[in-house]
Amino acid sequence: METLKRRLLDMLIIFVLWLLLTWSLDLQGVVAGAILAALFALVLSRLLPPHVERLFSPVRWFWALMHIISLAFWVVLANFDVMYRVLHPNLPIRPGIVKVKTTLKSDEAKAFLANSITLTPGTLTIDIIDDWLYVHWINVHESLEDTEAITRDIAGRFEVTLRRVFD
Amino acid sequence: MNNGVAVYILISMGVTFDLVGAIGLIRLPDVYNRLQAATKCVTLGTALILLGVVAASGWSAMGIKALLAAIFVLWTSPTGSHALARGAHIAGVPLWSGSVIDKYKEDTGR
Repeated sequence: METLKRRLLDMLIIFVLWLLLTWSLDLQGVVAGAILAALFALVLSRLLPPHVERLFSPVRWFWALMHIISLAFWVVLANFDVMYRVLHPNLPIRPGIVKVKTTLKSDEAKAFLANSITLTPGTLTIDIIDDWLYVHWINVHESLEDTEAITRDIAGRFEVTLRRVFD
Repeated sequence: MNNGVAVYILISMGVTFDLVGAIGLIRLPDVYNRLQAATKCVTLGTALILLGVVAASGWSAMGIKALLAAIFVLWTSPTGSHALARGAHIAGVPLWSGSVIDKYKEDTGR
């Protein structure tokens, strides 16, 4: 029963995506979309994460919106940061790979944290091993051994919102 | 048209960021630093150009496609660069000689 519900939800998502991409409501297109959505829902076994009921929680969507707003701010800042480093004649970089501990639990939350870190100023996630994120940092601070400060600096600002969205 | 100014601002900002990303790709020393420039600037630059298309064409077939493409770019481009950086590190591509630390190598031995 549960799998059937998930399959139907998968199908619905693919079908809506189809409608948006074709952007027409003529019968042929809609029927073809419905058939293809059913087919893909059968082939793609796990499109959605395990806790699918969380998709219908307005509180989580609110925090997702908050996350997108804060992310947008950091993305714009990241671009000006890169612009400064790239166009500066002396190329002011001090790169290195540091490790950061995350308190997030679910895989989806960690994946989104990794992506968010990649889009923020000077950091690029390389790998996640258990609770540790390995992050390439273009301008490593002087206090290399202070893992906590590094964690707060890199991951802390997103964990607040992501925890409320996914965990 | 009222949207005209917004379209020009969005697209010219997008092109500027893309250009900076391309310059960074040439100027920065190693593959990881280059990925930094490529991911951040090219992602936002491309998304801004696509949003410019959305502003220009509104809620039409093209506008919606551009909007979806912008969302997919923002979603997948960090994932792609993450895969490239990890692959490069595992394949043994060294960090630039000016790099100060490599915890990943210390911990995984790769």
